[in-house]
Amino acid sequence: MEVVIALAIGVLAGSGVWLVLRPRTFQVLIGLTLLSYAVNLFIFSVGSLTIGKEPIFRPGLAATLENYTDPLPQSLVLTAIVIGFATTALFLVVLLALRGLSGGDHVDGQEERP
Amino acid sequence: MTGSPALPLSEHLLVVLVLLPLGTAALMLALGQGRRTTKAVLNVASTTAGLSLAVMLLAWVHGQDAAAAFAVYLPGNWPVPYGIVLVADRLSALMVVLAGSVGLAAVLYALARWHQAGVHFHALLQLQLAGLYGAFLTADLFNLFVFFEVMLAASYGLLLHGGGNARVRAGLHYIAINLVASLLFLIGVAVLYGVTGTLNMADIAAKLPLVPEHDHGLLHAGAAILGLAFLTKAAIWPLCFWLPPAYTAASAPAAALFVILTKVGFYAVVRLWTLCFPSDAGDSAFFGSAALVWGGIATVVFGSIGMLASQHLGRLAGYSIITSSGTLLAAIGLHEVALGTGALFYLASSTWAACALFLLVELLERARDLATPPPRIDDGQPLLTAFGESEPPPDINLDDDARALVGRALPAALAFLGLAFAVCALVIAGLPPMSGFVGKLAMLAALLEEPDVAKWVLFASLIVSGLLAALALLRVGMRQFWSAMDGPPPRLRLIEMLPVALLLGACVMLVIRGEAALDYARRTAEGLHAPHLYIEAVLAARPRPSAAVDGASR
Repeated sequence: MEVVIALAIGVLAGSGVWLVLRPRTFQVLIGLTLLSYAVNLFIFSVGSLTIGKEPIFRPGLAATLENYTDPLPQSLVLTAIVIGFATTALFLVVLLALRGLSGGDHVDGQEERP
Repeated sequence: MTGSPALPLSEHLLVVLVLLPLGTAALMLALGQGRRTTKAVLNVASTTAGLSLAVMLLAWVHGQDAAAAFAVYLPGNWPVPYGIVLVADRLSALMVVLAGSVGLAAVLYALARWHQAGVHFHALLQLQLAGLYGAFLTADLFNLFVFFEVMLAASYGLLLHGGGNARVRAGLHYIAINLVASLLFLIGVAVLYGVTGTLNMADIAAKLPLVPEHDHGLLHAGAAILGLAFLTKAAIWPLCFWLPPAYTAASAPAAALFVILTKVGFYAVVRLWTLCFPSDAGDSAFFGSAALVWGGIATVVFGSIGMLASQHLGRLAGYSIITSSGTLLAAIGLHEVALGTGALFYLASSTWAACALFLLVELLERARDLATPPPRIDDGQPLLTAFGESEPPPDINLDDDARALVGRALPAALAFLGLAFAVCALVIAGLPPMSGFVGKLAMLAALLEEPDVAKWVLFASLIVSGLLAALALLRVGMRQFWSAMDGPPPRLRLIEMLPVALLLGACVMLVIRGEAALDYARRTAEGLHAPHLYIEAVLAARPRPSAAVDGASR
């Protein structure tokens, strides 16, 4: 499972970085979104990857990470998702504004001169 | 912490400082899109109250008279490593006062014109202040991320305030850079949590000696990634290219407020690095300090050359911020109390001066650029008239002496601009007798003790950067004030001059009360070099027994 998660994070982050470096605003936006998915998965995986364990305390089961999954990374991911979603939405608005003002979708507001 | 059951009033200051701007912003949003006057009054009142509270906090923390003075507050009343903690030491208190003063200057300046350029200026400014205060006061790494995002989200809105092609273009780059930096921040936080199992900064520092040897690589990688996020915000070379275009494009009050944003990155680096990597941390001791020092020196050089190369005064002001960031980072990277003292003094003076310079930029542009229409004078705000003006506005009385002057008198507005610009230039270039000189002198004196290569290079780059800054500012001054003025003298409103005068007055006060200020800076630096005091103070905080819980348990 570690390999699958690591590959997923790597592919998402790699595609994200490549897209962020592209000159079109929409590609940058998608790149930022992919990067934030990668980061969210990464935070999630920091709390040790387990299957079938829940972060809710049950009587009779010792309160160690052997028996439960760590609840903190999950709450961190939740916060990060909310914040990332809001800032990406704001970026989308600015992207549309730039498109309206410059008439193109280049990140610098004008095409590169040859 | 006192042992009395009732919490001392002053400790509530910590949470009030964050809640006050948040509450004000919420109230303003509830007021809808109109009612500009009400919002302006609310904004000025709230910002002034915030600044007074910040000054009270600083006086209280400093008055505790311990080696490192602390105020610890548990907002949720949870035990320490689990709940969120707010902590104020001398460094936090200083940063909070700086943020409050810069915020007040921006609000006052915006009252003249800029707050009319968009609907939610006042609310955004309050949110920005809430994020700043929170970032300076929190002692929790993830909470720091949240306050960083509050601050950044508000700054995106403020940067776009006023609209226009240049602002939207600069805003797009600024948002993209900061979103990537925030993602790096998250990766760093996640790795540190994975290694230490906690997010409380004091607890992280306390747990670091327990980290097994084979995890040190991971720990250093996490810290370095986290540092990259902070240093992008602090505009270290080569992560600083976003700054001049963004700050030039921003409206004057927004740019003035943004001056403190680079200092947030600096603050976060200082806070975490002094806590986590002190001299007794084994193979992690002073981790990354070489990068800070040499990166800082490169930043100073880059900023100085940029200042000299700038044709536009706004760009010049942007590069001056980069220079001061580099100076601070290099000085802190060397880990010495004497150097830190000078750096913290320089921090206060350079923040105020850069803020004043950004406000002056617009006034000077207006004086030069006749295409810019002067502000409307029909809304009843007092204008400072020129002494030699032939037709005074009907609502202002000129006294007889002024009218009797023969020849072309120096307009009062121009005299104010010239004087303010001269003071500003002296502080930024670090020339005597202003406060920039005192800070630089303290740093230079500290660099001469036990010098090595890095210190000599920093010494030389500080001197040369002062010279280059003086040259660049002198050139602008000559072009602005010594060339022929055609057209009417500039019209300035009193409300536009007041913040500039206040900020520069604060710089002058730093010199007059120099000994007290240096003493404060020295004790701050000493506190930073004794991180165990901070760790003990935070970990010793206990939740208050609450009446409701007691009643329920009985």
